[in-house]
Formats: sequence, C-alpha cells, structure tokens
Amino acid sequence: MIRLRYFASLRERLGVADEWIPLPETVSDVAGLKHWLQGRTGPWSEALSDQRLQVAVNQELVKADTPVRDGDEVAWFPPVTGG
Amino acid sequence: MIRVQQEDFDPGEELDRLRDEAGGQAGAVVSFIGLVRDFNDGERIEEMSLEHYPGMTEKALAAIETQARERWKLNGVIIIHRIGPLRPNDHIVLVAVASSHRRAAFQACEFLIDTLKTGAPFWKKEITAAGTRWVDTNNP
Repeated sequence: MIRLRYFASLRERLGVADEWIPLPETVSDVAGLKHWLQGRTGPWSEALSDQRLQVAVNQELVKADTPVRDGDEVAWFPPVTGG
Repeated sequence: MIRVQQEDFDPGEELDRLRDEAGGQAGAVVSFIGLVRDFNDGERIEEMSLEHYPGMTEKALAAIETQARERWKLNGVIIIHRIGPLRPNDHIVLVAVASSHRRAAFQACEFLIDTLKTGAPFWKKEITAAGTRWVDTNNP
C-alpha cells in the first residue's frame, strides 16, 4: 500500500485529503504515479496537469523521476505560500 | 528552536530568550516578523487561514535551520510559524538569529525567511467580502 495526501487548493479540487491504495503494478516513479492518477474519472486529469504542482515522497520534495515504492507516503500540493 | 503553533507569540519574550540562551556570546540579534496584511490584490482581508503538512513542516524547517548553521556561525535560531485562523495585523511568523556579529545575523535571518517561503509546506487562504481564495504565489 502507499499513502497519498493532497493539500490546500488541490485537496479542495479533488475532494480528497488522504487515501491508501495498493501500489499499481505499472507505477515505479512519481511521473508514473501521476499518470496513473490522471486516469481516474472526474477532476483528476486536469487538476494534476498543473505544472506548478509540487510532490513530496516521505515528506521530502522530489522530482518526477524519483522512485515510488510500497509503503511510501506521496503528497501533492500547489506552490507553498507560508511566511 | 522550531515551533508550529496556533497560539500567538510574544516577540520580545522570544528575543530575550534567544539572547539568554546564547550565554553572553551573541553580539547581535536580528529578527523578521511576518504579519497578516489588511489588503491583498485589491481586496480587504477579513481573515486568513494557514494550512500546513504536519510532519513535513517540522522536517523542512529543521533542514533550513541546519543549512543556516552550516553557512554562518550562529549562537541561536528561532523559527515560529502560526497555523489556523488569523486576522489582519496578527503575527504569522517569527524568524530570529543570534550571532557574534551583525553581518552574519542579517544574512542568516534573510536566508531563513527566504528559504522558508519557498521550501516549507504552508498555504494561505484568504477570506474576503467576495469569498475565499487560496494565495497563489508569494511576494518577494
């Protein structure tokens, strides 16, 4: 299983904050996971196509080619606006 | 010292503690306080709400503090960031550093707040008379 988390405007758009899914067989990295999620019906394809979205694997910012493994926590969110 | 909290903080108290914990070695304390503005993008702000990513936030802030301590010789570092509902004029963030000399203190403080703004997972949502909206990008 992997844990998926969504924050801020993306969370509101998708209507999901947190979910657990079995790691899809075809997914080996962040780009693959994004592609898989974009295959869902509803707002997923468009919402995840925003090029400014950031991704964290196990709570560290990563790039599209970062591997995703069973047990990982993968978070998706818009650019941060703290401070 | 890193804290993520809903409660307000007292900047004077925090800066005095930073000085005291430096044990007489600090010749300078430099601080930055971020506040909620009353207007943004032409709309009056009635309230702001700050969301974060519990767990990652603390890790990201600790990493930023470590980077600053590697680059400058610092006697103390404070990062306090508030979350939850905030009103215009409220404190959002306090970043403060103590160092032997002012140049390191100014540079480290600027580095800390600039890096926090691009690397720590916080998001601002504004509540205006026209409705709610997520802040899209950070101003410099």
